Amino acid sequence: MKFSLLLAGACSMLAFAATAHAETTLTIATVNNGDMIRMQKLTDEFTKANPDIKVNWVTMEENQLRQKVTTDIATKAGQYDILTIGTYEVPIWAKKGWLVPLDQLGANYDVDDIIPAIRSGLSVDGKLYAAPFYGESSMIMYRKDLFAKAGLTMPEQPTWDFIKDAAAKITDKKGEVYGICLRGKAGWGENGAFLTTMANSYGARWFDEKWQPEFNGPEWKKTLTTYVDMMNQSGPPGASSNGFNENLALFQSGKCGMWIDATVAASFVTGKESKVADQVGFAAAPCGDTCKNSHWLWAWSLGIPSGSKKVEAAEKFVAWATSKDYTNLVASKEGWANVPPGTRLSLYKNADYLKAAPFAAETIKAIESADPSMNGNSKPKPYVGVQFAAIPEFQGIGTEVGQQFAAALAGQESVSDALAKAQDIATRAMTKAGYIK
Amino acid sequence: MATTHTRTAARFMVAPSVILLLIWSLYPLFKTIYFSLLHYDLQSGDEVTWTGFSNYSYFLSDPAFIGALENTLLLVGGVLLITIVGGILLGLLLDQPVWGQGIVRILVIAPFFVMPTVAALVWKNMMMNPVNGIFAYFARLVGMEPVDWFAHWPLLSIIIIVAWQWLPFATLILLTALQSLSEEQKEAAEMDGAGFLSIFFYITLPHLSRAITVVILIETIFLLSVFAEILVTTGGGPASSNIPFLVYQTGLKAFDIGGASAGGVVAVVLANIVAFFLVRIVGKNLDA
Repeated sequence: MKFSLLLAGACSMLAFAATAHAETTLTIATVNNGDMIRMQKLTDEFTKANPDIKVNWVTMEENQLRQKVTTDIATKAGQYDILTIGTYEVPIWAKKGWLVPLDQLGANYDVDDIIPAIRSGLSVDGKLYAAPFYGESSMIMYRKDLFAKAGLTMPEQPTWDFIKDAAAKITDKKGEVYGICLRGKAGWGENGAFLTTMANSYGARWFDEKWQPEFNGPEWKKTLTTYVDMMNQSGPPGASSNGFNENLALFQSGKCGMWIDATVAASFVTGKESKVADQVGFAAAPCGDTCKNSHWLWAWSLGIPSGSKKVEAAEKFVAWATSKDYTNLVASKEGWANVPPGTRLSLYKNADYLKAAPFAAETIKAIESADPSMNGNSKPKPYVGVQFAAIPEFQGIGTEVGQQFAAALAGQESVSDALAKAQDIATRAMTKAGYIK
Repeated sequence: MATTHTRTAARFMVAPSVILLLIWSLYPLFKTIYFSLLHYDLQSGDEVTWTGFSNYSYFLSDPAFIGALENTLLLVGGVLLITIVGGILLGLLLDQPVWGQGIVRILVIAPFFVMPTVAALVWKNMMMNPVNGIFAYFARLVGMEPVDWFAHWPLLSIIIIVAWQWLPFATLILLTALQSLSEEQKEAAEMDGAGFLSIFFYITLPHLSRAITVVILIETIFLLSVFAEILVTTGGGPASSNIPFLVYQTGLKAFDIGGASAGGVVAVVLANIVAFFLVRIVGKNLDA
């Protein structure tokens, strides 16, 4: 923490020194994920082509980024020229007029190449408000060897019932192999994201048309009951404190039979750090009563705050970092498997990429079938977002409701108690915010 | 003897620092009280409106608030109990003339120098983790099911971690007090036929009462605001979040500045109530 502050301080000093020569300095807030770190390393290529622009990075961990960026834009502090934000923030902020519409990204940019589902998640009224840097959905990653040993075959699109049975069959608690690893850690972006997509597959929704929460309905009950039973029977101990990273570590060390999580995990479980790299298979996220939106949709994207005085330079950078040329640049320096996935259709037609990434087909299929507007589901939803509801209050509600789900998983509460409390929490918050009159 | 003149001069001279201190502590407090009366939600945008006391009524009637209050008090009480009892026992042990005393003392004090975040990470991943942790390893060694600490005993786990960090402090203070106990008094008691237990309860413990008071007062101040350990280990599930964590969650996770300010004011009031009773009950020891 202190070191990063020092570093940020040193960077801004450098930036000050640099402004004496250059015309524009862009300050970019970003998240410390692997793909973004790589982008920083390649920034020289951008500044070489644009000598009058300097780039100053502020890199943070996800939660911290969200806190910093939200306070910055809401109080109009104007500290950053480019923000790394997700599909949750973009529609909310665009509607508030906090983001610059991105219609000046240059003639070569090829907006139509962006995967439609991702584009729709980052657009309001047909206008793009943030350019996707990488996109993801969710899918099943499973151990082919364990499936073969148990005499099971993974269907292309399994149901939750199949997954539950299969998980029980391949679990060997004495040998420390757990049939299924799922997110249990509380948080709207942790267990909230996972359980909301699972609930979607049972036809559940967060709010009805009058913004009344629906946790007292049968759909959520079915979701949470299935989840808790399955995890108690076949999950690893301590599941209620496992998030993405914990599950990744468990899967890589060979302790999980199946893991349903973000598609970006695929390159890690088949990479060097994984003990089971050559045994990993992929399948679509399970269906419940429906297969619609049974997996999530997320894109880390670059947006420009409307308060920025350097919009033109910022647009140049955004266009560069999310262009096809950038993809080619990463491929030439680090290999095709390392290019940022999930944003452009052309990448999934590229033979080199398809060869280097065995998970590519599953990824694009999952992303393409997600629908942030939720139009395809049986009951209409008053909000956008697959694994979240894109309203400002959702972060708070999602976190508290996530804690109830985690409590149910840990056995501190029964499923019905957790859902009743979730209903109460959401109703209170929505009443306070004025949605429910 | 100060004259009226010098007293006035002295007042003038201390005035700048007093004023600075007032601004330093009062300005944020008033600002917090002001914010707590507004509907001020960072994400929902510009419309900051006056809402009166609704933030307070929401915060105080929140089911999470009661839980957090209970947890705060249990955490303070639990850690105090462990550190004082443990501190006395360790103090007695370290007071014995044994070989390598210096090294043992340093080892006992060492946890105090570990940062809270680091301590919490070590306990979470190396000690209490139900799959890879040391406790789980020993449990399996003797054929038992490993305990899933943070899921089944979240508050107890946090109490253990925090107590581990504060035990050295208590030990240090109590050991110093033990060392000031005169040997002659103990010898006299022994010659009168007093056993170890009577010496402990009638001589040592009364002698320690002031030191115990100091430990209680100082630890309580810090324990009311335990935060890092919760953030790192459980992320504040329903059974482990305390008042500071609830305020953090309202302010920086839900971006509800009004609600968080109301929570902050409530926390200040609660801390003052605790401080008031504490000083009245145990602070008396310091007067004599």
